[in-house]
Amino acid sequence: MNFFVISLIKSGLVAFVLLTALAYIQWVERKVLAHIQLRIGPRRVGPHGLLQPLADVIKLLTKEDMIPSHVNKFFYLLAPFLAVMFALISIAVIPFGTEVKIGSFSTPMQLTDLNIGVLFILGLSGIGVYGVALAGWASNNKYSLIGGLRSSAQMISYELPMALAIAAPLLMLNSLSFRELVDGQAGFYFGFIPRWAIFQGPFPQIVSFLLFMVAAFAETNRVPFDLPEAENELVAGFHTEYGSMKFAAFFMAEYCNMVTVSCVGALLFLGGWQPLWPAEYGSKFVPTLIFAIAGLICLSHGLRPARPFDRFTLPVFAVIFLGIAAIFLVPILATILLPLFWFLAKVGIILFIYIWIRGTLPRFRYDQLMSFAWTFMFPIAIVNLFITALMVAVTTK
Amino acid sequence: MDAILFLLFAAIAVVCGLNLVLQSHPISSALSLVGVMGSLAVLYLLLGGEFIAAAQLIVYAGAIMVLFIFVIMLLNAGTERKLPRRLWVKYAGLPLLAVFIGIASFVIQRMLPVTEGVKFGAMTHGNPREIGRALFQIYLLPFEVTSVLILIAILGAVVLARKEID
Repeated sequence: MNFFVISLIKSGLVAFVLLTALAYIQWVERKVLAHIQLRIGPRRVGPHGLLQPLADVIKLLTKEDMIPSHVNKFFYLLAPFLAVMFALISIAVIPFGTEVKIGSFSTPMQLTDLNIGVLFILGLSGIGVYGVALAGWASNNKYSLIGGLRSSAQMISYELPMALAIAAPLLMLNSLSFRELVDGQAGFYFGFIPRWAIFQGPFPQIVSFLLFMVAAFAETNRVPFDLPEAENELVAGFHTEYGSMKFAAFFMAEYCNMVTVSCVGALLFLGGWQPLWPAEYGSKFVPTLIFAIAGLICLSHGLRPARPFDRFTLPVFAVIFLGIAAIFLVPILATILLPLFWFLAKVGIILFIYIWIRGTLPRFRYDQLMSFAWTFMFPIAIVNLFITALMVAVTTK
Repeated sequence: MDAILFLLFAAIAVVCGLNLVLQSHPISSALSLVGVMGSLAVLYLLLGGEFIAAAQLIVYAGAIMVLFIFVIMLLNAGTERKLPRRLWVKYAGLPLLAVFIGIASFVIQRMLPVTEGVKFGAMTHGNPREIGRALFQIYLLPFEVTSVLILIAILGAVVLARKEID
């Protein structure tokens, strides 16, 4: 019975944190994009626009739930449900850190440790396309249909280089369970170079990491591969006919896929929760330092406010950041929080790169997209896998 | 628990299979087939073949059926027209089917050796390592021959498609 209670608590916690994070990633994206484009972004709702996601959720929930008369009703309603379901399930096999130990009780920071976790994620990303494809078809609208067709063709094409790129580190680390994969990347060369898959011998996986990232952008339909919803050709692509919560479901699915893909990238290539340099050189003080600096910056700006309300909001943020910095110094909590910090930092950096690229690159043309996958990425992925397999075969035994 | 899950997903598989035949629209039929594939994957999982379950999901549900749906959407295939059935098909069809299934099951029972019943989670050779060993060491030749066969089929399809374009 204990198992069920713990699983229930963990599922509730993960679901709550994930859904909140999805809403706030969107806030971060709007803010970062705004600053890239020399704007200030949302700042009307709450201090610095921090309550904007909440306002958006209320807006989407209370909108009229319309079903256009010309759609295939069953599949029209099924599509957003499928999209968001397959996107949310995949977080179940992602580990966030080592174990939580309180007295004699200990539980891993993960909903379930499948011994085929990587394959599970690949399988879900494969059937995730049904949501988009069905939405495009059931809308009974030529723009939506083209969006759905593009999406399914794109996802099938980019799944191949992605699977081949994932296979290379799996060959080296010799496992399919995320926890074992991360444990295989523990330790340091010469005492300071981390044994993450992108640095690990016999063949550092930098090429497969780059391939994985590019394919991940295509799999999640993000700029520069967002052709399924290219707004200047296809209105809004596959979700043209969707409004209110059904539209929000697609939106959530896209951001959730982004989070999952970033987690997989961090776990497979960037060593999961393994720190960048050893603890004896002070890697355990990194979070304290970062949060303390953030707190001090907020404090100094709060004392010289640029806008009138900054005098109140920035000191509050400063206190929160300094409080988090202090928490990382408590030895019992630090053992739990440090791995979590390193993992979330890596995921956050990948997510930031997603937003950064959205603010930087223009969209591909469709034939460029396809020829890029088949004539450039696919051969490189195969050669990379071949070299990795050769090196592994030569060096083991 | 295992038995309940088995019954649930077996029922889903059968219902989806029937739906596949009964639906008149190609997309509905294709999605029913996806349902069959998904529930088969769960059944493999219940038997202990995790790798096979994942492969079933990735290859059949995630790749092959997506291509099916892609083609159906691309051709924009509409609802099939149902032709009126002949009288003898209407009345003799079901009994003849039952007789055929009876004969088939009798023959299979007689010809195949008696085996033990299937047990949940009993398959211990389902992990990726053992399957890899079987594919690339024990059954290396059949495996490679099959892949060459598939390659020939792909080449044939490309050649046939080329001819039509010219």
